[in-house]
Amino acid sequence: MMDPAMAQSAHPGVPPALRRDTGRRVLAGVCAGIGARFGVDPLLVRVGFVLGAMAGGVGLVVYALLWLVVPAERVAGGTPLLRVRTERASVQVALGVGLLLLSALLTSRALGLWFSDALVWPLVLMATGGALIWRQSLGGAPDPASALTASAATAPARGGASRAAPAAVHYARRRLSSASRTSLGVVLVIGAGLAFLQSVGALSLARDVVLAALVVAAVLAVILAPWILRMTRSLSTERAERIRSQERAEMAAHVHDSVLQTLALMQKRADDPREVASLARRQEHELRSWLSHHTAPAGERRLHGAVREAAEEIEREHRVRVEVVAVGDAELGQRTEALVAATREAMLNAAKFGGGTPIDVYLEASDGNVRAFVRDRGPGFDPAALPPDRRGVSESIVGRMERNGGRAKITSSADEGTEVELVLEESGR
Amino acid sequence: MSLPRVAIVDDHQLFRAGVRAELEGLVDVVGDAASVAAAAQLIASTEPEVVLLDVHMPDGGGVEVIRRTAEAHPGVRFLALSVSDAAEDVIAVIRAGARGYVTKIISGPDLADAVQRVREGDAVFSPRLAGFVLDAFSGANPPASERASPSDLDQLTPREREVLQHIARGYMYKEIALRLEISAKTVEAHVTSVLRKLQLSSRHELSAWAVERRLLEP
Repeated sequence: MMDPAMAQSAHPGVPPALRRDTGRRVLAGVCAGIGARFGVDPLLVRVGFVLGAMAGGVGLVVYALLWLVVPAERVAGGTPLLRVRTERASVQVALGVGLLLLSALLTSRALGLWFSDALVWPLVLMATGGALIWRQSLGGAPDPASALTASAATAPARGGASRAAPAAVHYARRRLSSASRTSLGVVLVIGAGLAFLQSVGALSLARDVVLAALVVAAVLAVILAPWILRMTRSLSTERAERIRSQERAEMAAHVHDSVLQTLALMQKRADDPREVASLARRQEHELRSWLSHHTAPAGERRLHGAVREAAEEIEREHRVRVEVVAVGDAELGQRTEALVAATREAMLNAAKFGGGTPIDVYLEASDGNVRAFVRDRGPGFDPAALPPDRRGVSESIVGRMERNGGRAKITSSADEGTEVELVLEESGR
Repeated sequence: MSLPRVAIVDDHQLFRAGVRAELEGLVDVVGDAASVAAAAQLIASTEPEVVLLDVHMPDGGGVEVIRRTAEAHPGVRFLALSVSDAAEDVIAVIRAGARGYVTKIISGPDLADAVQRVREGDAVFSPRLAGFVLDAFSGANPPASERASPSDLDQLTPREREVLQHIARGYMYKEIALRLEISAKTVEAHVTSVLRKLQLSSRHELSAWAVERRLLEP
């Protein structure tokens, strides 16, 4: 969070913030701070406060409140008498303010500077509650509820409110205790108001109205609570149900588009087992990729994916099984693309001349080295004695690998079938 | 040698019937079960030599069946069958104690052969499983501090790696033995050793896969 002091100085035209000047303090640095802020001798301010304190204790109250509200300037070496920044201190401070005011009032009463006894307890309660609310709302600025109380109850202290913002770092954790303290303050202030009304005799009138309103509110709450609860609950289940049914619909659409179509096609071609097997295989691939894409978004095309793609294409076109096993993966570049093309060529060869036996493809990529093996269990052939048309194909495997700094080896025998080995080594670059 | 006594555990009735028909005359099917609870009961009452185990079933699947029965019936061996391609499924069931893993598209004779090998205490690796294992054991070994005990469980020997690569390339054990100029028994020994590492290693890839299937607490 941005330091509010910096935030303020970042806006020219905004006067420097009011701070308690603890470096030149007598008590808490309030007067020194005010003097510094408005360019007055702090001594004059102090005299003003003393005079105010004698006029019914107003000066004392104002001083105490300023002490609370105005943060101390951070001056090295100066420590305020009382650190009133911690959470727990709120209640103590509020009590202190109340007691301070009480003693001030009692003192001024004893001295004969007095207006009316009816004011004493309401004022004390009001000050205590008010102090609580202010401290709370200043401490928890982002809380909308307390921000409201802050603007309503502490209009003169708005500058302090914005400055207290850094205290809101642990906002979430403290919110509950803060709320309970704020409501205690509210209760105290309301109590003070009621006590004052009571003492001047205006309460009995207000009481009937308030009582009636309270009863109506309670009755409504009791009647409506279960209903509201049920409504919110059914709203959330309805939403979950909607999401579920959307997923079901998507799934159903997919099953219909692909799986059911394939099953129908397979029934029609029941007399051609190879076609049926190929259809089933294709559908299996499609379903698998749909399921995996359903859970994880497709990444960019890489070596493994490219070889798998080629294998599926060969499977489709030549109706043979191609089993791809891959260990590791690599980026696709010019050389690896060439390897993919050569692998594809080898698979094509195996599909054409392997007698329909399943093709095993093994791909291994690690530390920049890539190896691919394509194997069938067909009749095999002698690589040296190939007919010209097939020599061309093997040329496109071996030649392609060698042009890209790799190598290819073809081994073939009548009982073991044919295996094509393709190698790209880092050092061959 | 008598036919191996086999139990089939799979929640798809069609599949159980298909496997039964395919293995007719090749193995002795002593019974089948469609759920974890029924499988536990079947295994307890018939003590089959090999259980063909579906990885995906309601109530925990093959992993749960092994967990419930393996301790009480140490003579029973499990061979996992699945349509799944997912590494975490395969690794989880192997780490639970299955001696092999084959996909459901395997042919009848090949399946009977796999059953026979599992019965004899060997491990059965499909090319795909070999690929997973190579993947899991590739890359850096976990630092010594992360290992339960300093052991060779966390890496494959070059020979084991070679054998697995051949399995992944589609070679049969006999063919591998010929190509590497070792005996078929040695190939079996390598594969069994890899299986043991797969089950006991603390490599985090394996643990992570197992955790994904809730085999272990994280």
